[in-house]
Amino acid sequence: MSETIETSSEIITLTIDGQEIQAAAGQTILQAAQKNGIYIPTLCALHATKENGLESDIAPGTCRICTVKVNGRTMAACTTPVAQGFVVENDTEELNDLRKTIVELLFVEGNHFCPSCEKSGSCDLQALAYRYQMLSPRFRYAFSSREVNAESPKLLFDRNRCILCRRCVLAIRTEDGKQLFGFTKRGDKSGIIMDEELVKNISEEQAQQAMHICPVGAIIRKEKGFDTPFGQRKYDQNPIGSETVCTTCNGEKS
Amino acid sequence: MAQKITIEPVTRVEGHGKVTIHLDDNHQVTESRLHIVEFRGFERFVCGRPFWEAPVLVQRLCGICPVSHHLAAAKAMDMLVGAGDGNGLTPVAEKMRRLMHYGQIFQSHVLHFFHLASPDLLFGIDADPAQRNVIGVIMEHTELAKQAVLMRKYGQEIIAATAGKKIHGTGAVPGGINKNLSLEDRDAFLNGINGNPDLSADKMIKWAEAAIALLLDYHSSHTEFLDGFAAFPSNHLSLVRPDGALDLYHGVIRAVDPEGKRIVNDVDSRDYLEVVEEEVRSWSYMKFPYIKELGPKKGWYRVGPLARLNVCDFIPSPKAQAAFEQFRAYTKGKPNSMSMHYHWARLIETLHAAEVMKELLLDPDLQGTDLVTKGERCGEGIGLLEAPRGTLFHHYQVNEQDLITMCNLIVSTTNNNEPMNRAVNAAAVAQMTGKAEITEPMMNAVEVAIRAYDPCLSCATHAMGQMPLEVTLYDAAGAVLDQQRKGM
Repeated sequence: MSETIETSSEIITLTIDGQEIQAAAGQTILQAAQKNGIYIPTLCALHATKENGLESDIAPGTCRICTVKVNGRTMAACTTPVAQGFVVENDTEELNDLRKTIVELLFVEGNHFCPSCEKSGSCDLQALAYRYQMLSPRFRYAFSSREVNAESPKLLFDRNRCILCRRCVLAIRTEDGKQLFGFTKRGDKSGIIMDEELVKNISEEQAQQAMHICPVGAIIRKEKGFDTPFGQRKYDQNPIGSETVCTTCNGEKS
Repeated sequence: MAQKITIEPVTRVEGHGKVTIHLDDNHQVTESRLHIVEFRGFERFVCGRPFWEAPVLVQRLCGICPVSHHLAAAKAMDMLVGAGDGNGLTPVAEKMRRLMHYGQIFQSHVLHFFHLASPDLLFGIDADPAQRNVIGVIMEHTELAKQAVLMRKYGQEIIAATAGKKIHGTGAVPGGINKNLSLEDRDAFLNGINGNPDLSADKMIKWAEAAIALLLDYHSSHTEFLDGFAAFPSNHLSLVRPDGALDLYHGVIRAVDPEGKRIVNDVDSRDYLEVVEEEVRSWSYMKFPYIKELGPKKGWYRVGPLARLNVCDFIPSPKAQAAFEQFRAYTKGKPNSMSMHYHWARLIETLHAAEVMKELLLDPDLQGTDLVTKGERCGEGIGLLEAPRGTLFHHYQVNEQDLITMCNLIVSTTNNNEPMNRAVNAAAVAQMTGKAEITEPMMNAVEVAIRAYDPCLSCATHAMGQMPLEVTLYDAAGAVLDQQRKGM
């Protein structure tokens, strides 16, 4: 499973939803789609930008919300490299219902109380729920018992909202490359742990970056709640998936 | 044979309640109770959450007055972050919050008077229920209904402009506010939203004055009903500005007895626990607060518009002050203990809110950019304010990790618990003594007594008379003798 992507100058031709596009060999389907202005939803994969401070794209392949059909087989768009002649189905009723199901499962598995969440309006999971018109989940709530870790002076880690996307594990590191977050246990016991000593000394910028990179409200900058008014939150003006995708940067950091 | 009459649920109030009236063998009312049958639990489930979530979280107590809970919690959080106790905010933050709050008072009072209470007054409490509802008001008094809708809209738009949304906004943050008021919004509110002069500040003042005139006209022809229905002496408690002025956002705690004697003398709101205590009774989820020094038997009190006008010395806006002087003169300066006069007091406050909103809109501080103040953190925050239905107490303790460890909320309707029970009893005694048969008007009379307090039992509004109502007669052994239902 790739986490960072190496590309070459070889040009690959493929189709996504019937549209013929070109991509560099080594790019993932997701990157090829983004470069050509085609929206594929993501929760764990993240394109590097100045805003999120990433050096390169990350693609943990954990959430599977980007599932597409490649020549009839379901694949994760964020981890599958493009290949000549791929026929990719993306924006179809079947796949969108599958994505909606994933969103519903994430909601019932955690304890997401959107109304009191600082990330509400800027939350990718919530925005996807709106996009796929999730009115109420088809599954029973798990009412998982989760802890809130508030030991750090700058960050609050609310496990109730964590979707185990792994973004924080891959992206948030100290200047000398040490991980601040990591996975623990397996299966339905999986969770994120923080290196409390390292997180205690996190810089203001890193704290802000950690909150920004988290796609939900699991990592929250302390004491900064609700200072962005309605109308100015990430998805207030344009819903998720309607953002203009850079088609000229060739996947470089914008 | 002893009987018990049950009215469940009570309609045209916010939430679900149940009334039981106990009759003895001679059909004399022996006891009446207003049961609050909902359990809410906010005090418990905010524990463990970070303190800055509280103003947004606790406002879910209600969809009618979320702003009041939002602001009371925010005031408590101001203390926590070292932004003072109602006096440490920047001018733009304090005035934006006040504008939000007076918009809330305005829309809520209008909703109550026109939407919930006016059917009883316009058609009579014994009118046909098919007519005695808001649709009846729209059909028979179309212009009045239009005014009511536009007045409520105005208040709601003020809330949206200050809090971000009409219901459950996020405007107030610990130590301040997250936005100022744009010039575009200011001009719209002053001159008319979307260019509609019927949605201007001056029109709100004019219509609020007209509403008082309407009530006084009604009073002149129904004096006995409005003065006598469910009237009983009581203590009255509210916040007042330190100079004695009516102030719905912040002040000191003052209470007077039925004769007007000061029994709580301008106590700092942070010392509320020295003033009030709460009693628990087995048959209701709602507690019974009382003034500590007087004890539960003598210390119960009323809050809300009637109490506020009984407690304050004057109203700091000219038109409402004139109306207040007339109100005070009616009882010769003594506290007014007539339950139905809550409506009169509510409309005077509606006028006051309209005047305050205009005054604030003209204040250039609202366009300031200094939004938040912070100082030395502490572990405890207390926020009191006057919600539409009365004094609201919010009290939180927070640990060193910023998580809430204790929350105590005394909401307005809780303060009015004992008075509402007494009002129910007064109405029941008047309507049901010696009667063997239950009629719909009798049941509605009991509801009218409760409704005067504009109780907010939770978040549901049942405005069209569609809610099921059940009245059951029990004998002393608990056997059902008779049962009347409507809307079921």
